[in-house]
Amino acid sequence: MSTDETGHGGAQTPESAGNPGTPGQEFLQLITPAGERISHPEFDFWVRDITDEQLCSLFEDMTVIRRIDVEATALQRQGELALWPPLLGQEAAQIGSGRSLRADDFVFSSYRENGVAYCRGVDLTDLLRVWRGNASGGWDPYSINMATPQIIIGAQTLHATGYAMGIQNDGADAAAITYFGDGATSEGDVSEAMVFAASFQVPVVFFCTNNHWAISEPVRLQSHIQLADRAAGFGIPSLRVDGNDVLAVMAATRLALDRARRGGGPTFIEAVSYRMGPHTTADDPTRYRDANELEDWAAKDPISRLAGLLDRKGLLSPELQQQVKDKANAVAAEVRRGCTTMPNPQPMDIFKHVYSTPNSWLERQQDHYARYLASFGDPAGAVSEEGAR
Amino acid sequence: MTQLTFARAINAGLRKSLENDSKVVLLGEDIGTLGGVFRVTDGLQKDFGTHRVVDTPLAESAIVGTAVGLAYRGYRPVVEIQFDGFIYPAFDQIVSQVAKLHYRTLGAVKMPITIRVPFGGGIGSPEHHSESPEAYFTHTSGLRVVTVANPQDAYTVIQQAISCDDPVLYFEPKRRYHDKGEVDESVDPAKALPMDKARVLTDGSDVTLVAYGPLVKTALDAASAAADEGISIEVIDLRSLAPVDYEPVVASVRKTGRLVVTHEAGQSGGLGAEVAASITERCFYHLEAAPVRVTGFDIPYPYSKLEMHHLPGLDRILDGVDRALGRPNSLSGLEG
Ligand SMILES: Cc1ncc(C[n+]2csc(CCOP(=O)(O)OP(=O)(O)O)c2C)c(N)n1
Repeated sequence: MSTDETGHGGAQTPESAGNPGTPGQEFLQLITPAGERISHPEFDFWVRDITDEQLCSLFEDMTVIRRIDVEATALQRQGELALWPPLLGQEAAQIGSGRSLRADDFVFSSYRENGVAYCRGVDLTDLLRVWRGNASGGWDPYSINMATPQIIIGAQTLHATGYAMGIQNDGADAAAITYFGDGATSEGDVSEAMVFAASFQVPVVFFCTNNHWAISEPVRLQSHIQLADRAAGFGIPSLRVDGNDVLAVMAATRLALDRARRGGGPTFIEAVSYRMGPHTTADDPTRYRDANELEDWAAKDPISRLAGLLDRKGLLSPELQQQVKDKANAVAAEVRRGCTTMPNPQPMDIFKHVYSTPNSWLERQQDHYARYLASFGDPAGAVSEEGAR
Repeated sequence: MTQLTFARAINAGLRKSLENDSKVVLLGEDIGTLGGVFRVTDGLQKDFGTHRVVDTPLAESAIVGTAVGLAYRGYRPVVEIQFDGFIYPAFDQIVSQVAKLHYRTLGAVKMPITIRVPFGGGIGSPEHHSESPEAYFTHTSGLRVVTVANPQDAYTVIQQAISCDDPVLYFEPKRRYHDKGEVDESVDPAKALPMDKARVLTDGSDVTLVAYGPLVKTALDAASAAADEGISIEVIDLRSLAPVDYEPVVASVRKTGRLVVTHEAGQSGGLGAEVAASITERCFYHLEAAPVRVTGFDIPYPYSKLEMHHLPGLDRILDGVDRALGRPNSLSGLEG
């Protein structure tokens, strides 16, 4: 499947406002945990063009990003990465939405959307720079139309809204999408972003991955109501989807993007998923999370679910499985190679890009530090904290 | 006396305060079940309940803003900001409300709020996790800003901060959390050295070296390395950054005639500038050389692979000492 999903052109699109679920249904679902395709009168439309081949491709994408995650976690354990925020369990949410985007859409994500970055075509080495401690940002945002990962919780929702204001001013038909967690919905920035987005009716999609935990805090601590329902208070229509169902996520994201492109304003999507791993490699979820809960969610795994569907369709051939495995291994090898062969940054790099034009104020400090380093035979001796005279 | 890490010492101090005063409440992200990302509040929710040790939603402005309301109601909130870089969403509440309410209400409303902030670098974290934002707050009148540099102070000063009727920013040097030291838990915080006093740590005659928080250890290491070369350094732990206790610094500089100030925060507009200017005003005729600052650079905190270039280490401090002494140093031969 290409990253350049053009959507639905001139086709008649059903207008869907509020919640998609038929009454009693918790959220939109198109594939059951057992891998059964269930039809939905309204949302099937949004994925009607997905061919068997594309389904296989989605399966490959999800498998690959899980493999990237495993490899990066291993690299962190081996001391090659300083930290890593795993996305284990959130593959469908990231691939389903990421593969719905067009190349000219712009993504503002948090630190966990490595799968979305993969969909944007990120260079795999770039994906690791920040986590190895070699850079503050991994890539040029304009090269893949995706901002570098945001750590300040919720800040990126405002950036997406502002970008969408720009799209609107320019009269373009692109959209901005912002990814954030359930915890982020509590931050003032996210509310302010929704106020602006609704007031100006700008083409932005709020993609909230409800993975049930904000480090140690359960989602019920952030919200007394379903997160999707919160959007209504801002005058923003919302969709609550099974975030472990790649087709449901796709349908919702395509609908929201289509609405944005056609001047219909913002949409809030709550993708209900689960963070299967730790918050980051520095976290210990056993301190706050019940093992039973993990088991329940393992049964709803997004990849085995799609595998189930492929199997029912007779598509899960040994060849396909081998092909996907080979691809995942190749990507993992590239991730490892990119990580271990990444050149170390140079000491004087710390002074680069503070300002767009040089100024004597900082140049003086830079000059002094260069002289300081030069006063050592071996510059490495100058930087250990204990040092030696 | 027991050996405690910084983190355990703060934990013990918080526990004492919770025990002694039912109006003390703790608020913050992940401070309950998890015990904080640095485990500083470990076990406190279990022992004092969810109304005294509150896991809050992810909203720093709300954490500090609701602490203001609790203070109006007679509580003594202790809030944890998870990392230094996440204090900025709460900045408005801190500088516009917490700092000024006592003044604005002519003293009628007290804001005995303690804001605990793990600060500084050296732990290999990604961006926003290693900031030194103290100068933003020392610039704001009405706030007290303190740091601690050993487990005993960590234990005692947290209790002094909580019982203080003014708002206190309590900066914890996160790269020292696991360092151990002797802690006497029977110390009465009311009788201990007040948190707004500086402390002279070593006796020296050649140079006065002022440090605080994470760099106090580095400064002490530098002093003992210098002693091997026959240079005698008087190290002063500033402890309180607002207000600064200048008397011991003045007395020391009158004796040594030379001042070096070191901190991790960037140089411009930093506390070192304030100390250097104040000491120059007070000790101009005693100074044998211009005060020297050894600080972080005026750059965003760099990525972890290079952070040790930004952070003043022992050797950079000694180079600064050489400058103050007019000994050969990295800037020898340069003018101005
Ligand atoms: C403003 C701010 N406050 C606190 C943090 C520390 N922090 C990092 S991730 C996180 C939890 C975020 O949870 P959620 O929004 O649900 O996203 P998830 O990590 O689950 O994907 C917290 C508290 C931060 N990065 N920024």
